[in-house]
Amino acid sequence: MDNKAMEIVKKSRMVSRPTTLEFIEQIFTDFIELHGDRHFADDKAMVGGIAMLENQPVTVIGVQKGHTIEENVKRSFGSPNPEGYRKQLRLMKQAEKFHRPVILFVNTSGAYCGVGAEERGQGEAIARNLIEMAGLKVPIISIFIGEGGSGGALALALADKVWMLDNGMYAVLSPEGFASILWRSPERSADAAELMKLTAPDLLKNGVIEEMIPEAKEGLAENLEYTTAILKEMLVSQLQQLQALSTEQLLEQRYQRFRKYGEFTE
Amino acid sequence: MKLFKKKNYIRINPPEAVSVPMEETPSIPDGLWVKCKHCDKTIYTKEINEYKICPNCGYHFRLTAKERIALICDEGSFEEWDTDMKAKNPMQYPDYDKIIQKAQQKTELNDAVVTGCCKIGGYDTVLAVMDSHFMMASMGSVVGEKITRAIERGTKKKLPVIIFTASGGARMQEGIISLMQMAKTSSALQRHAGAGLLYVSVMTDPTTGGVSASFASLGDIILSEPGATIGFAGRRVIEGTINEKLPDEFQTAEFQLEHGFLDKIVPRTELKNTLIQILKLHCQKEACENG
Ligand SMILES: [Zn+2]
Repeated sequence: MDNKAMEIVKKSRMVSRPTTLEFIEQIFTDFIELHGDRHFADDKAMVGGIAMLENQPVTVIGVQKGHTIEENVKRSFGSPNPEGYRKQLRLMKQAEKFHRPVILFVNTSGAYCGVGAEERGQGEAIARNLIEMAGLKVPIISIFIGEGGSGGALALALADKVWMLDNGMYAVLSPEGFASILWRSPERSADAAELMKLTAPDLLKNGVIEEMIPEAKEGLAENLEYTTAILKEMLVSQLQQLQALSTEQLLEQRYQRFRKYGEFTE
Repeated sequence: MKLFKKKNYIRINPPEAVSVPMEETPSIPDGLWVKCKHCDKTIYTKEINEYKICPNCGYHFRLTAKERIALICDEGSFEEWDTDMKAKNPMQYPDYDKIIQKAQQKTELNDAVVTGCCKIGGYDTVLAVMDSHFMMASMGSVVGEKITRAIERGTKKKLPVIIFTASGGARMQEGIISLMQMAKTSSALQRHAGAGLLYVSVMTDPTTGGVSASFASLGDIILSEPGATIGFAGRRVIEGTINEKLPDEFQTAEFQLEHGFLDKIVPRTELKNTLIQILKLHCQKEACENG
């Protein structure tokens, strides 16, 4: 039996849910996709490139899922390997060189778990993105368009602003994983989903995200334009504000944004 | 107990790779005899000195933070920071306070990391030591905050930072806030690095999950001990995905060295000297001010 939180988790994972490339197509013009991490491979679970947002060039990167089994196999079901995160890093450093803001689309249940991923340093790849993003001298905005799980999502979300669609989610791990690891009862995943406060309204309240982006009543896939029109306007105005800051101010704000997380007594 | 007055220890050859299931804590219990989990040999506890290495096979038992500090710091030089910091319950996870209390009683620690400053071979250093006996050293708010503060103090005092990592991953009972600790600690390291300061990560058994995907993997120099388990995803998760059993050496320090993710595997008996050597190559004794 599903509760509200689990319903949102399921919506966030729907195969019909629009993917990063569809968002890019709707929001930006002149998109050129760039491939490869220059070390090992081109991870098709991570897409990225350069595009115009109204009148300014921006770097856009995101986790790409598919709408069919075939495409999802090609995209590793939206779970990037280390080379995906390294492609992301390469494109972010390229953005920094050319003073382009970075816009990231997050939609992953987590980083890929596999032998190759371990051999090529999945942990190192995520860690490297975190430290590099902490110092990246251009504005970064992350948008959770679907699922967000674990360090594999955080590697795209050490940003100046983190936004989420109405039916997005973000958690330390999947509610199924949470229920099976902590309670040894995967069937209690709905209870876990509720407890974990992984929905956009909960995350907004806890200060994990800054904005919620509405989805059309008839559904995100049914009316993507409704959402992308709002999102585009928000991006333009938010980037204006972030670009008005000095590099020092920008990095200090980003530092303080993450510095505040933690609940303890002393 | 006088540590390191003379090199009175026995050289032990680097043992073969081992892998220990995560839920077992292969520490040495009290008693006259213990069984080594690696070679199964029964050992007289008096044969195991402060290094806690199996005299038969060279297996490195897990140390407590206290034991590690005694091995690494110059005698009496360790000054602990943030001693009273304790976890709250950000997600209102049922019985989290009881789980924490139990771990506190078991370990006599407030949470899974001890931080402070010390001298190592005379060099002033910021030191953080994670303790796997406390909830498998999972990273929640307290671990993240103490490590972040330690790094920030290192940056402010222009001191090198050494972190002995050990962790099963994120403190899931704290939910999304535990994930944010990865971002917080990595951001602090970015500033420490930006100040041109040295950070040495020593990955001890086990270093996995979110800790492996943040500060543990960001050392200028990354060391480990023989046989330590190091990896991002859990072995069983991967075995479940690929539907086959993985070889024993998968996700060991030796595996990580082979794949280019470690600088050096150092037996515990040589670790302090190796750290002194690294500090000597980066710091001047008088330049590292204490205070
Ligand atoms: Zn043994």
